[in-house]
Amino acid sequence: MIFRRERMTALVLILAGIGFVAVAQRSMNDYILSLINFVGIYIILAVSLNITNGFTGLFSLGHPAFMAIGGYAAAILTFPVRKKAYFLEGLPDWLARVEVPFLPSLLIGGVLASLAALVVGVPVLRLRGHYLAVATLGVLIIVQVLITNFESVTRGPLGLNGLPALTDLWWVFPWVMVTIFVSWKIKFSSYGRTMLAVREDDMAAECCGVNLFRTRVAALVIGAFFAGVAGGLWAHLVTAITPKSFSLVLAFHIVVMVVVGGSGSITGSAVAAMVFSVLTEFFRPIEERLNIYGLGEIFMALVMICILIYRPAGMFGAREPRLFEPEED
Amino acid sequence: MTGGYILQQIVNGLILGSMYALVAIGFTMIYGIIRLINFAHGDVVMIGAFVTLGLLQKLGWPFWLVSVCVLAAGAFVGLAIERAAFRPMRGAPQVTGFIASLAVSIMVQNLGIVFMTAQPRNFTFPDFLQELIRIGPVSFRAVDLVIMLTALVLMTGLILLVRKTRLGVGMRATAENLDVARLMGININRTIMATFALGGGLAAIAGLMWGGKFGQIDPLLGFVPGLKSFVAAVIGGVGSIPGAICGGYILGLAEVLFVGLLPPIYSAFRDAFVFATLILILLVMPNGLMGKRMEDRA
Amino acid sequence: MLQIENLEVYRGRTYVLKGVSLEVGRGEIVALIGANGAGKTTTLKAVSGLLRPQSGRIAYRPETARELALDRVPAEEIVRQGISHCPEGRGVFAGLTVRENLMVGAYLRRDKPGIREDLEKVCALFPILKERASQAAGSLSGGEQAMLAIGRALMARPRLLILDEPSLGLAPLIVARIFELLAEINARGVTILLVEQNAVMALDLSHRAYVLETGRVILSGPSPDIACDEAVRRAYLGGK
Repeated sequence: MIFRRERMTALVLILAGIGFVAVAQRSMNDYILSLINFVGIYIILAVSLNITNGFTGLFSLGHPAFMAIGGYAAAILTFPVRKKAYFLEGLPDWLARVEVPFLPSLLIGGVLASLAALVVGVPVLRLRGHYLAVATLGVLIIVQVLITNFESVTRGPLGLNGLPALTDLWWVFPWVMVTIFVSWKIKFSSYGRTMLAVREDDMAAECCGVNLFRTRVAALVIGAFFAGVAGGLWAHLVTAITPKSFSLVLAFHIVVMVVVGGSGSITGSAVAAMVFSVLTEFFRPIEERLNIYGLGEIFMALVMICILIYRPAGMFGAREPRLFEPEED
Repeated sequence: MTGGYILQQIVNGLILGSMYALVAIGFTMIYGIIRLINFAHGDVVMIGAFVTLGLLQKLGWPFWLVSVCVLAAGAFVGLAIERAAFRPMRGAPQVTGFIASLAVSIMVQNLGIVFMTAQPRNFTFPDFLQELIRIGPVSFRAVDLVIMLTALVLMTGLILLVRKTRLGVGMRATAENLDVARLMGININRTIMATFALGGGLAAIAGLMWGGKFGQIDPLLGFVPGLKSFVAAVIGGVGSIPGAICGGYILGLAEVLFVGLLPPIYSAFRDAFVFATLILILLVMPNGLMGKRMEDRA
Repeated sequence: MLQIENLEVYRGRTYVLKGVSLEVGRGEIVALIGANGAGKTTTLKAVSGLLRPQSGRIAYRPETARELALDRVPAEEIVRQGISHCPEGRGVFAGLTVRENLMVGAYLRRDKPGIREDLEKVCALFPILKERASQAAGSLSGGEQAMLAIGRALMARPRLLILDEPSLGLAPLIVARIFELLAEINARGVTILLVEQNAVMALDLSHRAYVLETGRVILSGPSPDIACDEAVRRAYLGGK
């Protein structure tokens, strides 16, 4: 049936989104525009972390590492050749001569991030629970150190700046849609439903034919792809990229969005991403005026603790609002 | 690379290891008793350092009094962390406790930034501690000697407490089997609180030492040493106090020797090396050197 | 001494005890028998405070003049009032030595001479424990661990000793010895509430018994009568 509920909802949303983007790009000022872009990128990050953490019940703090890989890759690829000559002298020749358009750069960044996730995931995903969390934190730090020290390719701690400001809503919006679509497809496939039903219970999962290990690796790899793309979008929004851009604090922010929104809920992650990124912006002028930095972080941490105590399943639990659920055949 | 140089590196490693060991003990005790990683433990180190700064430098209190206050402050913060992050999560899945302690850690760090600003502060110990002592090819400052001796005294005291006292037996019994411990009449809440307080006190003293050794402190100081001490606890085997002590010294030595013996190009990879070791141990030898049974690994 | 009235206990969402009533008189040995899953362990855990009942009363009278509602008291306090619970599977602290295990049993006591006296008594009762005093409890055999668990419970100088399946996994000869010792302990004035799957031995040792089936008491009375009951013989005693 063409007129299935969720397809109608999706169509309405996409059209509304396109309309919104068109209006926004034309009429809003730069500050608001960049804020909306950030919100979009955070939605991509939260929804993709939800694929990794929410659907399979594992806990990864490594998302920013994949962002960094994707971001740096895209940045190096789009960097104008003549700038490469004096900024990045250490680059191997084949890289130094290349200047790649935005879309392929983003895609390559995403793929590289996925490959890294595969390499990392195969050993690390044998762990569970908080040991996995700490191991992914270790991965985050290792990636940070590697980036900081391969100065010939990354300019080390200085990072790259003067990146072309290629990101705008016409780029971010489609990627948000793609991320949500892929998430949605996974979640409501029969495999996805099984995964979610048994994510807490390993034994039940195996009895249902869910290959735990492969599922987890796949979830990490897919999540990493979108994280890599988000990293590329980020780099070309901020027009700069440093090893410190992608830290544990960022990992914590994304985790807060997923947990508060509801681990396993796409809507939850997206809504929480919107709310928290706007709130962070809201705190910034307050912090600056009072000259007290850190208030926004404290607020987020408090919200997190409260949710964990009073509503550990998050705002939406693992469910979507009825409007977004596929109609039963 | 003379023998004297290597000896010097070993001494440096032992000093660093003393500090890691003190913090690792707290991690391992807490894990042993409630099977959860206290991510905020490293930040107690930071608090110890700042309390020292305030009392010693700003107020000019005598050193022994400052040390006692630092112990007390660490115990207090440890108790607060237990109350805020762990007691409400009792019975919840493992990861929830971890996220909660991560949130508390971020909160503590940012409270530090709010009250102290992110600027690093200079930290100077009284002059007599800065004196240089030379034994053969090895030289160190008096403060280093004090660090090592204090660490040894504290660790011995803790081991005696855990082995000989009623509280210690209660802690060990609770760590083995919480329900049966209750059947013995042991008050679980108080025993857990005592564990957090002891761990916190030791971590705070490590903060005092850290400030004295490195001369500069900032609110984010606890993050990396905290994580490394956790690695040390894992190396030694979580749940085992002697393991944590060994792990601390092993890590301190490994880190210093890594930097001291390998060509300088590698020293920047020091932190990556530490965490790669963590992942390797978790995969290959999850019980560490002396650990008891470990809960879920897979 | 102990009176349980209409106890209802949930474990998670399962309704395990559906209105259990039983009584233990001072100085008696009372047995609670039944199949796996009948709710025997749950009953004991409710008495010692590890589980809280949904409804019902648990009245404890250590002396005739005093009564305590155990369902409202924390587990630590219940131990202090003289009830010692020897849990299912023994529950010895494997990493602690035999001596340390025994001393943990006396955790709440402050009278050093009394503790030393009881340690001697326990070692007289179970000489093997004195032999293995400095060994880690985890290295003991099943039978030795059972003796350690009972000895540890005795270190609290209990008025009421609760045992959850002390015979589990033990060779018949050792079980017989343990039950002999339980009779001796009872002769010294300790009231005993015993949960057992080994109905034969339990009925042999006890004065009175209750039969529990899927959360309800279906039969009660003097143990010899229960042992002769047709239904019980068929279900639990292997009779024809």
